Amino acid sequence: MRRPDRPPRPARRFRLAPRRLVVLLPAWAWLALFVAAPALVLLGIALGEYDTGVPPFRPPLGPGGAWQGTLANFAAVATDPFYRDGFLRSLLVAFATAALCLLVGYPMALAMARAPEARRTPLLLAVLLPFWTGFLIRVGAWIGLLRDEGWLNGVLRALGVIGEPLPLLYSDLAMYVGMVHAYLPFAVLPLYAALARRDPAVEEAAADLGARPAVVFVTVTLPLSAPGAAAAFLLVFIPAAGEFVIPDLLGPPEAQLVGRMLWGEFFQNRDWPLAAALAVALLAVLILPVRLFQRLEAGR
Amino acid sequence: MSLLRAEGVAKRFGATAALDGLDLEIAPGEFFALLGGSGSGKTTLLRLIAGFETPDAGRLLLEGRDLVPLPPHARPVAMMFQSYALFPHLSVFDNVAYGLRRAGVPREERRRRVAEALALVRLEGLERRRPHQLSGGQRQRVALARSLVVRPRLLLLDEPLAALDAGLREATGFELRALQRATGAGFVMVTHDQAEAMALADRIGVLERGRLVQVGPPAAVYERPATRFVAAFLGGANLLAGLVRADGGVDCAEAGCLLRPAAPVGRPAGAPVTLALRPERVRLRSGEAPADAVNAARGTVAEVAFRGELSTALVRLDGGATLRVSRPSAEGAPARGARVTLTWPAEALAVLAD
Repeated sequence: MRRPDRPPRPARRFRLAPRRLVVLLPAWAWLALFVAAPALVLLGIALGEYDTGVPPFRPPLGPGGAWQGTLANFAAVATDPFYRDGFLRSLLVAFATAALCLLVGYPMALAMARAPEARRTPLLLAVLLPFWTGFLIRVGAWIGLLRDEGWLNGVLRALGVIGEPLPLLYSDLAMYVGMVHAYLPFAVLPLYAALARRDPAVEEAAADLGARPAVVFVTVTLPLSAPGAAAAFLLVFIPAAGEFVIPDLLGPPEAQLVGRMLWGEFFQNRDWPLAAALAVALLAVLILPVRLFQRLEAGR
Repeated sequence: MSLLRAEGVAKRFGATAALDGLDLEIAPGEFFALLGGSGSGKTTLLRLIAGFETPDAGRLLLEGRDLVPLPPHARPVAMMFQSYALFPHLSVFDNVAYGLRRAGVPREERRRRVAEALALVRLEGLERRRPHQLSGGQRQRVALARSLVVRPRLLLLDEPLAALDAGLREATGFELRALQRATGAGFVMVTHDQAEAMALADRIGVLERGRLVQVGPPAAVYERPATRFVAAFLGGANLLAGLVRADGGVDCAEAGCLLRPAAPVGRPAGAPVTLALRPERVRLRSGEAPADAVNAARGTVAEVAFRGELSTALVRLDGGATLRVSRPSAEGAPARGARVTLTWPAEALAVLAD
């Protein structure tokens, strides 16, 4: 029985029904366990100091919780021109890769979105086809194509176009070819989603009001797909900024990118704190464009 | 010279013919309504005129010039889309100015004409808003201003009132009519709403399965429907089937009486014929008519529905047919089950072609 003197509980706006909790809890647990906790561990290592031993660092909190950490690793990352240049070059490579993916991916996405309904799914599958092959195998295939005794040089030499093999592999060209090849689907999918959603009547209205097809594209199609393009850019830019394998296997040896530096510090120098500081710094740098994108989305 | 002339226009989509040899002529400054159910081809005709589709056969002439080879952007017609199709990323001002920019109208004149157009549809002060910040009625006016500002020779309107609330629809209809008169442009409106078509248009054309079955002023089409489809689509006329007699009358077994239309039936004796009879032309009185009466049938009131200014009664005739009868509610409603006599003037009987 309810006591009559008790006022009814005010309805709470964000009451968590048990059923909702069941759905949300695994997601939260997953995020806490595999995103938040590793990030904290990483930050902890970054604040520690290099030391010989296993593991090869001194944690920032000593026995009894005494602070013995240092910001020296972050200072090194921020001031040492070696790391600074690596960061800048990584961002530049990521930017160029994302821009190239947009340039190549936009016409693909537009063609898919304009294709008849029945042909869209096969085209979508074709875009995803590279994922059916292992990532490393695809990079390896490029090595086979581009190296001095590779297919491309072989064909060109057999045709008599060149006498000496072209230095294709271990160049910026090879690196960008590999990067664009690997990341293109990440650009095409959000662009396609944005373009497939568009209302064809809006483009027809523009044509009706006197806009030629090229003008319709510039004044209507392009601006309306801008959020999709921003998403595509970031989905490529963010992983590309930390990419290690492709620059290492295809790129020029002098290209020191963050991914490579990280690998070197961690595995070759066994300087875990510095590697962790690099990783944290990369994360911090990449948060900026993500926030920018969220702003953009919210502003619409 | 006519503003628009369609000659034998045909368009197929796969196996279905959307338009099947359509002929149509629209005079300058005319408000023409194309009326038809869904799938009748009415929107297809608009899209053919605007240039979004190419006809399989036939010609479309605007002031004597063939439109078919011209791409949409080169045609001096404007279309108002059913969804309005406003540019969501542009302000109201830029939406309306879009066509003027494309035409290269100088900045000052552009500003003046956009202001004029927005004043015409009473949207002053909303220039900076985006479409998603407007109500449905306001969006409709932006779409209207956007198509009118380019001063098209012909404005195509695809269900212009369909997305509006019932309350807004009548007022907007009157405004549309006034705008059409003010601009002097030819309007071709497509609608499935017969009341809307009849209220707004100078002439209406009824489309059935890709063919124009009847064209004329609303009153004429309403009073003298040509086919069963038109009779039923416009105002739900009663249809009575019978056999032609040698003296020009029609024996109608289902009405249980002799029908004698004012106009000649134009069929040989013994031929079957269908006549249309508008519900509001039928008089209802209590009591029994003589059995051999002409244009008078006896029956029993089966159902009465009050519809505000009018009431509709369903009367089951002794011959078996059920007639809809509308009369002013002020005259009082007949009782359900009452024996009544229905009469109608000879002019109210329209002979249908099919």
